[in-house]
Amino acid sequence: MKTIQKIGLVIFVFGLVLFTFLPFFGTYQLEKETVETNVKEIHTDKMVEVLSPMFGKTYSSNFAFISDFKSYFNTYNDGLKANQEWDKVIWDNYAFALTKASATGPVSENPFLFLGITVLIGVFGALLYILPLYRGQTEGIKNDGIFFSSMKSKGLLGMITGAWLILFYIVLYWFPEYITNLVLMVDPISMALSGNPASQWFLYGFIYTLAIIVMGIRMFRKYRGNAYQTIRTTSVMFFQLAFAFLLPEILVLMNMPWHDFKNIWPLDYSFFYEYRIDGMISSGALGMFMLIWGIILIVVGVPLFTYFYGKRWYCSWVCGCGGLAETLGDPYRQLSDKSVKAWKIERYLIHGVLVFAVLMTGLTIANYFSGFELLGQATDQLHSIYGFAIGSAFAGVIGTGFYPLMGNRVWCRFGCPLAAYLGLVQRFKSRFRITTNGGQCISCGNCSTYCEMGIDVRWYAQRGQNIVRSSCVGCGVCSAVCPRGVLKLENGDEEGRINEMPIIIGNNSITVKA
Amino acid sequence: MSKANRNIVIIGNGISGVTCARHIRKKDESAQITIISGETDHFFSRTALMYIYMGHMKYEHTKPYEDWFWNKNRINLKRAWVEKIDFEVKALIFSNKESMTYDVLVLATGSKPNKFGWPGQDLKGVQGMYSYQDLELMESNTKDISKAVIVGGGLIGIEMAEMLNSRKIPVTFLVREKNFWDNILPLEESKMINRHILEHHIDLRLETELGEIIGDASGKVKAITTKTGEKIDCQFVGLTVGVSPNIEFLRTKPLESSENNKTIQTNRGIIVDRFFKTNIPDVYAIGDCAEFQETPAADRKNIEQVWYTGRMHGETLAFNLTSDKPVPYQPGVWFNSAKFLDIEYQTYGFVPPVWTEEYESLYWEDDGGKIAIRFLYGKSDMKIKGVNAFGWRLRHDYFDKAISEGWMFEKVLTHLNKASFNPEFFKSHHKAVLDQYNKQKGKSLKVHKMSFIQKLIGSRA
Ligand SMILES: Cc1cc2nc3c(=O)[nH]c(=O)nc-3n(C[C@H](O)[C@H](O)[C@H](O)COP(=O)(O)OP(=O)(O)OC[C@H]3O[C@@H](n4cnc5c(N)ncnc54)[C@H](O)[C@@H]3O)c2cc1C
Ligand code: SF4
Ligand code: SF4
Repeated sequence: MKTIQKIGLVIFVFGLVLFTFLPFFGTYQLEKETVETNVKEIHTDKMVEVLSPMFGKTYSSNFAFISDFKSYFNTYNDGLKANQEWDKVIWDNYAFALTKASATGPVSENPFLFLGITVLIGVFGALLYILPLYRGQTEGIKNDGIFFSSMKSKGLLGMITGAWLILFYIVLYWFPEYITNLVLMVDPISMALSGNPASQWFLYGFIYTLAIIVMGIRMFRKYRGNAYQTIRTTSVMFFQLAFAFLLPEILVLMNMPWHDFKNIWPLDYSFFYEYRIDGMISSGALGMFMLIWGIILIVVGVPLFTYFYGKRWYCSWVCGCGGLAETLGDPYRQLSDKSVKAWKIERYLIHGVLVFAVLMTGLTIANYFSGFELLGQATDQLHSIYGFAIGSAFAGVIGTGFYPLMGNRVWCRFGCPLAAYLGLVQRFKSRFRITTNGGQCISCGNCSTYCEMGIDVRWYAQRGQNIVRSSCVGCGVCSAVCPRGVLKLENGDEEGRINEMPIIIGNNSITVKA
Repeated sequence: MSKANRNIVIIGNGISGVTCARHIRKKDESAQITIISGETDHFFSRTALMYIYMGHMKYEHTKPYEDWFWNKNRINLKRAWVEKIDFEVKALIFSNKESMTYDVLVLATGSKPNKFGWPGQDLKGVQGMYSYQDLELMESNTKDISKAVIVGGGLIGIEMAEMLNSRKIPVTFLVREKNFWDNILPLEESKMINRHILEHHIDLRLETELGEIIGDASGKVKAITTKTGEKIDCQFVGLTVGVSPNIEFLRTKPLESSENNKTIQTNRGIIVDRFFKTNIPDVYAIGDCAEFQETPAADRKNIEQVWYTGRMHGETLAFNLTSDKPVPYQPGVWFNSAKFLDIEYQTYGFVPPVWTEEYESLYWEDDGGKIAIRFLYGKSDMKIKGVNAFGWRLRHDYFDKAISEGWMFEKVLTHLNKASFNPEFFKSHHKAVLDQYNKQKGKSLKVHKMSFIQKLIGSRA
């Protein structure tokens, strides 16, 4: 490792550690006005009354502040619940908004400074490390030492990274009030983009986008000389930055609903939720366009593009989850489980989630049109179960948190309902396949090892069979790492695409059927 | 011929033995199948040994089948070394003196690295590279060393150099020939690989032969000398001067206990006919260890130590053992592939290092000097005979057809885009190759173009 890279790593770790501990800095003070500006009007009086013991008091940590807040708030609510006064219970969660507004520490005074010494310096350090990677080396496969690396082969570093990510997601989804300092840092950026203060989701989107860009640059270094990898990586970087991050914020600035035009139901599981539909319908022509575009993507876009190009057009060229997996997750792709057992579990899980998403959405739409009488409560229940179990726990905590433990496509492989839908089209009606080059396979196993989807590519390649699998996201890495030039991702005639009983070329004695 | 409940025993769990077992099982439900090997419990890909050392994979990744596969297909695996075979009573004797009988015996024992009796060849730190044990040995032999020497410029030699390079151990690579692998590759190709080896900071010494290997007091290698007397300090020597059939154990004297014990006929390998039959009934040999009495095809050798050949032997013998009409082994158009550090190599058909008047060749090399293609075609009939490609993947089925059906070379040349197997978006060199041919021959052939729509949807028609 070059000195400059070592310096880069040190700087990166410095930024990361500071980022991790920043939430614990600063003081918190709740004022009456803060409550008045941050809670809904109907709750103002009650909340002011409930929280009044906290007013004017300076808390030296967010733990103390949040603990007091929760105890007052819960005492109030619990009392009502005990008396079955359900309509008086305050269901809204004001913990995040009030904690954020009460922060009085240095971060709220100097957001840019703290953004600089955590995130930006981290990015700088990462780039110092990444840009000189493989400099002076020839173009080619750069997998040396992966299974000796603690980070990349479930060693201590990998475990720590996994634990950090899992913790980050848990806090982000369920305890955002503890990371208000981090959100405060990006407030000015959010204000500039959308005119609104940042939420934890803005922070998440910001870091997510940076991760894709920085690690995308790493992909350029690692796969230098491989045009497919380079172009595909550029594509996910673009779609994340433009479509997932910038455009939705600009829409908000224009008083439109936040909308990611490249996100497709059922990955975008809330697309047909009442508030989304109402939001779109009430936003004029552009809103109508969002609705129609979204439906066209589901009904026409997915089948058509997948027919011509396979699901890769979405999963490894456009999608944000895929984008993160292919960039931040690339160092972990070899950790996916290739066993037939894992494949079985995969099929149950992913199709199960698809069925869940379809049923839930069906009910939601039925409700919408029947004026919410039918099963109104039940759909809300379903939404929150799905949001918790699938949208947050599966897609986030497990999907990304488990990168260093189970590979970078855990969510895409086992959970994503859109991937299931794309996969069904890819398996049964598509021109895409990975062609196996005759009899050239030497069963070395590089392809299977580096398949992030856990496809045992070798199983097919060594028997001369094309790979037609619903889960293949067309990342092209199996083809890249094959030392014998056996695999080619291509779109072609449907005839001969699936060769169940391949004849391996080269032996004229018999026409062997594998 | 499928006799019920035959007891088929295969010695060797490499590609040839395993392929044979799998294909027998597909057609014969009742046969008892046992595979014996002393090397590893399960079949692994020998060709992937280097990737374990380089940290690209772990041993378990090199196993083409999951461990349950064998049980499910009722293929018994036995880990043991066969020490002797009593062909008379059809029994194997293991190194621990246990024994096992068979009805049908398949010898698929592979190869072992050559050693040519150099002084010091048995010192610690001197080794070949063939088996899993060799890999383990190399792991311990190269721990904390600062310099290595590889002797022998073949495919395993360059792999070993690459392995050491991945661990940042400086390597001196002694090659006897004028250029790397020039007994197989034509001059331009050899020179290209020479350059690429040097580019990887491997100290390539052409036309250099090993003199002796010098050890220190503890019996460890400390240097080598070349035939010209140059001394090179090193703590590791890789001997990669080819492999020979692994048949030593068959050559041992017949068992004393039975007087008229038959011996199996061997030369360099186990002598077989086109049906893989040895001189002893119900005993067959396939893969690296088999030597054909007569070559199976004009352009083939008696012994072919490649993966693909082992696989085809296994397929064909399995067919013969499970069919009433045995067929002679008939390999098709020759093909092979390798990777020289970062440069992939594929070859189809007939491309010798030098050729006679009857042939003509077109060689094109990219300006960067890492992509090249060579065609060999008949001077008079203009039919394509073979192709070598470097840094350019080619379609096996295309060239298998083109060569076996004798397509016109110029037709192949104008349709190269169909023949290419490079990943999508890779730069096409089709026109550059054609331009060179046109220039050399004063012709004006044109690239067979695809329409925009064809390109967009990826049609090859
Ligand atoms: C490092 C390396 C790289 C290679 N790369 C390529 C390549 O890229 N392409 C290619 O085409 N070829 C390659 N080859 C050659 C290819 O691997 C061999 O041709 C092929 O593996 C031979 O298969 P086989 O089944 O005949 O024998 P083997 O794979 O050698 O299997 C024979 C087995 O029998 C066992 N055995 C032998 N004797 C006994 C006994 N008495 N008792 C018990 N067990 C016994 C051995 O231990 C061994 O496990 C490579 C070889 C090596 C060593
Ligand atoms: S099969 Fe190949 S292209 Fe498909 S997901 Fe796996 S590695 Fe990527
Ligand atoms: S990487 Fe290539 S040669 Fe190796 S097993 Fe896969 S397809 Fe076969």
